[in-house]
Amino acid sequence: MRAVGIILAGGNSAKMGDLTNKRAVAAMPIAGSFRSIDFALSNMSNSHVGRVAVLTQFNSRSLNEHLNSSKWWDFGRKNGGLYVFTPTITKENGDWYRGTADAIYQNLDFLKRSHEPYVIIASADAVCKMDYSKILEYHIDKKADITIVCTKADGIDVSRFGTIKVNEDGQVVEFEEKSGTSDYDMISTGVYVIRRRLLIDLIEEAAEEEKFDFVKDILVRYKNVKRMCAYVNDTYWRNIATVEDYYETNMDFLKEDVRKHFWREYPPVYSKVTDLPPAKYNPGASVKNSLVSSGCIVNGTVDNSLLFKKVFVGNNCVIKNSIILNDVYLGDNIYIENCIVESHSTLRANSRYVGEGEIKIVAEEGERYDW
Amino acid sequence: MVKKEMIAMLLAGGQGSRLGVLTSKVAKPAVAFGGKYRIIDFPLSNCINSNVDTVGVLTQYQPLRLNTHIGIGIPWDLDRNVGGVSILSPHEKNTGSEWYAGTANAIYQNLDYMEEFNPDYVLILSGDHIYKMDYEEMLAFHKKNNADVTIAVMPVPIEEASRFGVVIADEEHRIQEFEEKPKHPRSNLASMGIYIFSWPALKESLLACSDVPGCDFGKHVIPYCHEKGERIFAYEFTGYWKDVGTLSSYWEANMELIDIVPEFNLYEDYWKIYTKSSAIPPQYVSDKGSITRCIVGNDSEINGQINSCVIGAGVTIGEGSVVKNSIIMKDVTIGSGCVIDKAIIAENVTIGDNVTLGIGSDVPNNFRPDIYNSELVTIGENSVIPDGVQIGKNTAISGVTTKEDYENGILESGGTLIKAGDR
Repeated sequence: MRAVGIILAGGNSAKMGDLTNKRAVAAMPIAGSFRSIDFALSNMSNSHVGRVAVLTQFNSRSLNEHLNSSKWWDFGRKNGGLYVFTPTITKENGDWYRGTADAIYQNLDFLKRSHEPYVIIASADAVCKMDYSKILEYHIDKKADITIVCTKADGIDVSRFGTIKVNEDGQVVEFEEKSGTSDYDMISTGVYVIRRRLLIDLIEEAAEEEKFDFVKDILVRYKNVKRMCAYVNDTYWRNIATVEDYYETNMDFLKEDVRKHFWREYPPVYSKVTDLPPAKYNPGASVKNSLVSSGCIVNGTVDNSLLFKKVFVGNNCVIKNSIILNDVYLGDNIYIENCIVESHSTLRANSRYVGEGEIKIVAEEGERYDW
Repeated sequence: MVKKEMIAMLLAGGQGSRLGVLTSKVAKPAVAFGGKYRIIDFPLSNCINSNVDTVGVLTQYQPLRLNTHIGIGIPWDLDRNVGGVSILSPHEKNTGSEWYAGTANAIYQNLDYMEEFNPDYVLILSGDHIYKMDYEEMLAFHKKNNADVTIAVMPVPIEEASRFGVVIADEEHRIQEFEEKPKHPRSNLASMGIYIFSWPALKESLLACSDVPGCDFGKHVIPYCHEKGERIFAYEFTGYWKDVGTLSSYWEANMELIDIVPEFNLYEDYWKIYTKSSAIPPQYVSDKGSITRCIVGNDSEINGQINSCVIGAGVTIGEGSVVKNSIIMKDVTIGSGCVIDKAIIAENVTIGDNVTLGIGSDVPNNFRPDIYNSELVTIGENSVIPDGVQIGKNTAISGVTTKEDYENGILESGGTLIKAGDR
């Protein structure tokens, strides 16, 4: 491959509410068995990008745990592989990453010591399948300085994204970052292709001027100076960085076409393999239109919901339109509707959790009995 | 210098012919078990959980599936700088070539492998039992008794003891006598086929017995050690241990996993069983699906009714199908409107729409009644069953079958349908 990869996984999101209290957005569990960053990592791996740096700083324990071995994404290689860069104190620098450009700047040696001519930058909070090698081809064909992967803004709240206006030639003529409202119908997916040498120059320049944000201080600033092209992604793409989007994205996996796209069509999405037994359905289990992950034991009713790994559902429980994250224990006779139950929660028997009008986030650290 | 206190030699070369069409393409240790695992996962996981990190796996019969499953041992953390897992297949030598002719002969042919690690003890295992066992405890027992050989035994009901090799031990657990399948057993301690040898005793006895044709541990090596007066002890194991050598015992052991709190519990965090699992996505149960008393593997799509089943990964069950009391291995596709009872369906089988399995009366199988019995329908891997056919009890099917293979669309109870080349 002619490119190295950078995955920006640093972010917190205030819009994720309590869900990012204990993990970065990149480590959010998705679709029962995955984490958000698995999609970017699998895309890198499936596009044969052999050297990938993950830049992370916020609440990275959970993410580091997930990335404790690079073999699951086939990065366990003698040459190249996966590099996880958290901020470190050096002679020159004692700061955290002050922005995405700063994060790259603080690890500029990674880029300087690479020999691949291009860099693919991806964000870790999107659920999508992308073939980066096709995007790179497009980038070279278009003789672009920077290629921005976009998607149609249909039905997406554009206020959280960079919006883009593209001319007939595919060139970016306008780029607004998180402007609130926008007339442009394309949004940036946070995936970029750029020549490595150029990226180093731009990053060094920004650092000299004490500018730290890759989008605002580089992309928006140079939108009319550098030749920027838009590559349009027309397959499934969702950003998960708000509670609503996170919920909706997970619920999308109850749709057959979404499951088919991610799980039945080549290439596969990889994740860390856990050694959990198959899911178990005891007498009393009634599961409809739901996803159930390995290690679950179900004794109650689950309807239109997702059970992540190692969830225990007690007798006479009813779970509706909800997402139960990893390693949750539900005692008997619990009613849950329109909720996201935080991982490792233990919910007491006979309790009731209902999200009225919005999705309720439930996190309870009750006493756990052995089961 | 390389040094391992105890290494394991895992015998995985047998066909397990009593599993019929299930082992026509794979060795018995590679047969799927419990919705996710293969039989060999149990001894391999026991090894790593017991801190035995050097395991030689002896393969002979149809080793492809085993080789790809084990690889370099990553799922069991057996990818090591020194030791780890090695596949030991029979090989040509300048003195001539021979297959592994017996359990002890297979180990004898790999003396060089063992010698490389300078072991003090060698653990001999077989790859076809379902159990969790701490071999370290057994080793402590071996050391405490200053034994040359320790044999793991388990108490069985005395009326069943005549099916096993039984040992007669004194109060100190030292073995006095052996009886191979005795008519009137004098003890209920059955040998489990698990041995720890002190290295000098193993090497000496293998060399001494090397000319015995079909050299076997139970028949030749252990009696030789006994005659020589070596210290042989019986280590009593009382946990769950299941030989899944026949279709009915294989079926039963799977079904036992479904119990609310099974005797053999895979859901404990302690003593995990590891396996190579390729299917990551969760399973989907549709509006039309219903599941009770089942265990189901990842990435399966259930649109029918399933009750009391063990279902592997990547299985699709169509709308309106009713599946009961069955074992469905990975990547099986079952069409819609099927009725299936007491079937064992091996990997990658395709079953059409409106197929009925397991109806009719209990007529003995016409080909191998000793293998295909207990009212089970057994379908070998990669088989295809066409739409609308009915298949009776005690039947076996293997290969791509078409409507023409079924007279009036029916395979009567006791029938066998094995297409050419698959026997």
